[in-house]
Amino acid sequence: MIETYLPNVDWAKMWDATVETLYMTAVSTLFTFIIGLALGILLFLTGPGHIWANKIVNILTGSIVNIFRSIPFIILIILLIPFTKFLIGTIRGPEAAMPALIIGAAPFYARMVLIALQEIDKGVLEAARSMGAKTSTIIFKVLLPESMPALISGITVTAIALVGYTAMAGIIGAGGLGTLAFLDGFQRSREDVTLVATILILIVVFVLQFAGDFAVKKLDKR
Amino acid sequence: MIQLANVNKRFGTASTVITAVDGVNLTIEEGKIYGIIGYSGAGKSTLIRLLNGLEQPTDGSVEVNGRKISSIGGKELRQARQKISMIFQHFNLLWSRTVKENITFPLEIAGVKKAERERKATELIELVGLAGRENAYPSQLSGGQKQRVGIARALANDPEVLLCDEATSALDPETTDAILDLLTSINERLGLTIVLITHEMHVIRKICHEVAVMEAGRVVETGDVLQLFQSPKEQITKRFVSQVTEPEDAKKVMSLMRQDYPEGTLVKLAFVGERTEQPVLASLIREYPVDVSILQGNISQTRGGAYGTMILQITGEPEATANAIQYLHEQGVQTEVFEK
Repeated sequence: MIETYLPNVDWAKMWDATVETLYMTAVSTLFTFIIGLALGILLFLTGPGHIWANKIVNILTGSIVNIFRSIPFIILIILLIPFTKFLIGTIRGPEAAMPALIIGAAPFYARMVLIALQEIDKGVLEAARSMGAKTSTIIFKVLLPESMPALISGITVTAIALVGYTAMAGIIGAGGLGTLAFLDGFQRSREDVTLVATILILIVVFVLQFAGDFAVKKLDKR
Repeated sequence: MIQLANVNKRFGTASTVITAVDGVNLTIEEGKIYGIIGYSGAGKSTLIRLLNGLEQPTDGSVEVNGRKISSIGGKELRQARQKISMIFQHFNLLWSRTVKENITFPLEIAGVKKAERERKATELIELVGLAGRENAYPSQLSGGQKQRVGIARALANDPEVLLCDEATSALDPETTDAILDLLTSINERLGLTIVLITHEMHVIRKICHEVAVMEAGRVVETGDVLQLFQSPKEQITKRFVSQVTEPEDAKKVMSLMRQDYPEGTLVKLAFVGERTEQPVLASLIREYPVDVSILQGNISQTRGGAYGTMILQITGEPEATANAIQYLHEQGVQTEVFEK
């Protein structure tokens, strides 16, 4: 039955590609979360009127974030080829896609982190300082928990964008559903392969969105 | 306990300088409830933040319980702050934490062990009257309950000083009174020094022992609350005192009374402290051939005694009336005669 409608779909290959996509998305989301969080916190705390207020560091970090956020992803992949080769040793396969995925997404997420942190009531930060809290306490016990719903919904959006990026990275042979849809589907005119790959990507996106929304709803006690 | 000497605080750049606190000298004794009153922009918020180093003075010195807040920093300042708690107008609770977790937060900062934190939190929840709500989140509480959490949180590290930044300004009158009662009982039970800033004379009247009046960054008048009510010197102090002693439309009331009571002389009396309990009026009526009707009366309780105003209609011979008013003067009652 399935064979009649989708004659060219190789399910084992499709499954492998899905796992690759999930692998790339998961690892790059994890690193994006950590790096974006660090950058966002740095941007926030070096901003005017905050604990580490420092104009130079703030402008420098802000500029780097803005530049990398502005480079179209497909160009970023090409620009990063030498760097990837140096870091991973190859420019093919899921691992080779990661530097570009992370460098493309982390600045994007850093902006979201900054916005989330700016939403925190200034009075709460003042209260923490008035209790004699150290900067590390303020970061881990005030800034992060108080902005957690926004941080989670931000990483959900970023993870979904990363699914899209992995598909784009497929063009340069990163593997995953993007590669499958492009090489086996589009280039060989097997529309059924493209269709199934698309449906699988959509399922991944929907699951991510649902999980993100659920987590936000659970965490938000406001 | 608290000493401010020649404290100035200026904000701004080279071109525009705002002087928020201007040459302030203050001494606050241990165990007192000290009020600082002023309109918004008077510099009281900045002043109270100098006491825990949230702001550092441009010059002058700030000393709290032997620690020179104005010249310490880093770890030393953070440790000092654990003994100088603060509560806020908008409570500033962490919404992500329950009532109990909010109260244990300063204990976590101070590095107190978990079992001890739990014990202390339970005790404080009981003290501020929130038993049964320990696992609620701030969003599930009313304004008054949130401020109770704020107070419990502020008491967690057994502070020496409690700073109240407009702590009741966001609450309705009834809740305000309940919170003020709580602050009074904490002051009495724990002997805690409380410094509060407010723009409501009602708060000063109800709980403060001493008061400082601020205007444009300066402390223009200080003293015992009752004394200030009795003889306010500065114009601004008089305005604050009239907030609680006179209804807002006093002038209008007087002219209406004049129409209703065309005869005799209308006199406004101000009683202070013990005078309010002595039968001044009774002896007046007994000794002078005049008729006295009480048109309006108003007695306010302060921490140091009562303060009251009363409007009398005195009818009789002009000479007798004058003598009667003279008698009131001699008894230490302030009088004000309304012209016809």
